[in-house]
Amino acid sequence: MTAARNGSTAKTVGQLLAAKDIVIACGPGGVGKTTTAAALAATAVVEQGGRVLVLTVDPARRLADALGLKGIGNDEVRITDDVFEQVAGRPRGELWAAMLDTKQSWDDLIRTHAPDEETREQILANPLYQNISGRFVQSHDYIAMERLYEIHCEGKYDLIVVDTPPTRNALDFLDAPQRMADFFSSRLLRWLIVPYRSRLVNIASKPFYQVADRILGTQFLADISEFFILFQSMYAGFVERAEAVTRLLSDRRTTFMVVSTLEATPVREAEFFSSELTARKLHLGAVVLNKVLPEYLRDPRADKLAQSMVGRAAELADGLTDDPVVATRVLGEVAESFLNFGVVARREAEQQAELKGAPDVLVTVPFYDADIYDMGGLLELGAQVWG
Amino acid sequence: MSAAPDLLDLRLLFVTGKGGVGKTTVAAGLAQLAAEHGKRVLVCEVDAKGDVTSLFEAPPTDFTPREIAPGVWSMSMDTEASLREYLKLHLRIPVVGRIGPLAKAFDFVATAAPGVREILTVGKLCWEVRESHYDLVVVDAPASGHIIGQLAAPQAINDLVKVGLIRSQTDWMLEILSDERQTGLVAVCTPEEMPVAETLELTTRVREETTVRMSAVVVNRVLPELFGQREEEVFEQMRAPEIQRVLSQRAGGDVAPVLEAARLAVTMRRTRSVHLQRLQAGLPEGLPVLLLPYLFARSFGARTTRQVAHALGEELGL
Repeated sequence: MTAARNGSTAKTVGQLLAAKDIVIACGPGGVGKTTTAAALAATAVVEQGGRVLVLTVDPARRLADALGLKGIGNDEVRITDDVFEQVAGRPRGELWAAMLDTKQSWDDLIRTHAPDEETREQILANPLYQNISGRFVQSHDYIAMERLYEIHCEGKYDLIVVDTPPTRNALDFLDAPQRMADFFSSRLLRWLIVPYRSRLVNIASKPFYQVADRILGTQFLADISEFFILFQSMYAGFVERAEAVTRLLSDRRTTFMVVSTLEATPVREAEFFSSELTARKLHLGAVVLNKVLPEYLRDPRADKLAQSMVGRAAELADGLTDDPVVATRVLGEVAESFLNFGVVARREAEQQAELKGAPDVLVTVPFYDADIYDMGGLLELGAQVWG
Repeated sequence: MSAAPDLLDLRLLFVTGKGGVGKTTVAAGLAQLAAEHGKRVLVCEVDAKGDVTSLFEAPPTDFTPREIAPGVWSMSMDTEASLREYLKLHLRIPVVGRIGPLAKAFDFVATAAPGVREILTVGKLCWEVRESHYDLVVVDAPASGHIIGQLAAPQAINDLVKVGLIRSQTDWMLEILSDERQTGLVAVCTPEEMPVAETLELTTRVREETTVRMSAVVVNRVLPELFGQREEEVFEQMRAPEIQRVLSQRAGGDVAPVLEAARLAVTMRRTRSVHLQRLQAGLPEGLPVLLLPYLFARSFGARTTRQVAHALGEELGL
């Protein structure tokens, strides 16, 4: 359905990316989202060329290492060609990387929107602002999308691959721009700060302020009010910006890629992601299933064989090697282990079959028995996803 | 460290970990274990996904606790309900009824002022501890990225709010959270690179940024060791083509996939043991590390939860 609406005919992730400017990798935590995003970006540089940026939220040192960087910061840095050359020859394009620094991005945003220096300094010094920009989880969601918008507008990159923050509620980051706009435009908010703009509080709302005072304390309410009064000056800019970010997400050049494993909980979350994306009329371009166990574990003949081997280990081991006692033990273990992993592999296959709302592209990536620690590993993974 | 109380003798136990490592499984297992030892346990799911109840094969619960297994009650956190309960208890006026927009206003304040939502969560948990409705409250807490904010919320609010009712409330919460005889944190991870890195980072941050004590690290999905050294040598011999052929003939089918699966299991275990060693080397001395075996199960429910409970019990020497 999504394919028809978008006129997309992509059969592989590679084809999908060729037609898109922005790929947003989302999905549950712990499924290899960050690595998949980086691997795809690197592969796009090799396969497609152009300028590709991977915008990550994960301060994984290993990823920085794999990209040959000392560290990744808020500013985009280019991955040098020699990192590619060691494994894949001279890359056709440029790979850039940046890591989201929430606090830094917020401060930059304030600098852009503040009407004057005094307001700017007051906001930056407000204790509530410091809390919001530093610790507030939802501000992370907002700023990720905001930063994506900013980078996109600069027009420096042909492709931006975004690794989304792990959110409490699946797609918080998608709602964040709208929520931020609602927040600053709310009548309720203006009402809340009334007593601090004028001392005239009408009788009807008095109990509310009394209660609020008793619970939160006057100083805290004053801090809140100051914060919002200051923010009012940036209100128009913020709302406009949030709306533009929302438009960018639903633009046809933007696509979403849900990454998951076939463990029960991640699959359930991935399914929720997929249906939410569809409900919001956003383009679900691909589903990538990571760490999938090999197919041979589900082979019914091998399964039957392993079952028979459990009881016949001694007979089978006889004279096979120089140590029949150990060989018997080994064959028993080997057969048991096959049956154990077979159970997991079948569970995974069931999970995959239950995945509804098929996207344009569905990719399964086999279980890697080693960790990815360099560009070679990234490109190997990337090639699997690319198709 | 010798004075560390037994895990099950605590009153409030936060279970956290990187997404996908099985913290809900461990939270459910700990609750089951405590209940089997005669405790009344409340499991509270903070990011309500209904997973805890499904691990007991019970329907999802809401803010009102319900018994889902003998000795195990379950509830899911709802900050708005928590606020309502709080106002009713502490202001002693039917405040929400009289001042309609209050709840909505607080939703706004909570969105704006970080810590408000967290304090309502932590506050409710601490309140359950103080009221002693249960012997133990097990919290299926937010992922390790978010838990610090939650545990540090009372202190953060203390710093932000100088006077008022909230201020007076944070004091007793901090008292419970800081008391290592009452409150503990269990970090769950798997023997994989990122979860181990995150657990080590979490351990440092918990010590530096919160007043809560780390009680244990649970390593989930530890693969069994298939072979000792001698077995591995023999296994390698068997993988030689001519021996494989003989074996296939005797067994009456191609044994290649069966042997290949064992090789995969051995490599997986080996890669993981490197991370496990890194974890053990990086954790503070004396912090218990509990190993949970990988469960080769077709599905997860009450039976696997009991298995997890028993494995945890063994690791705890119960």
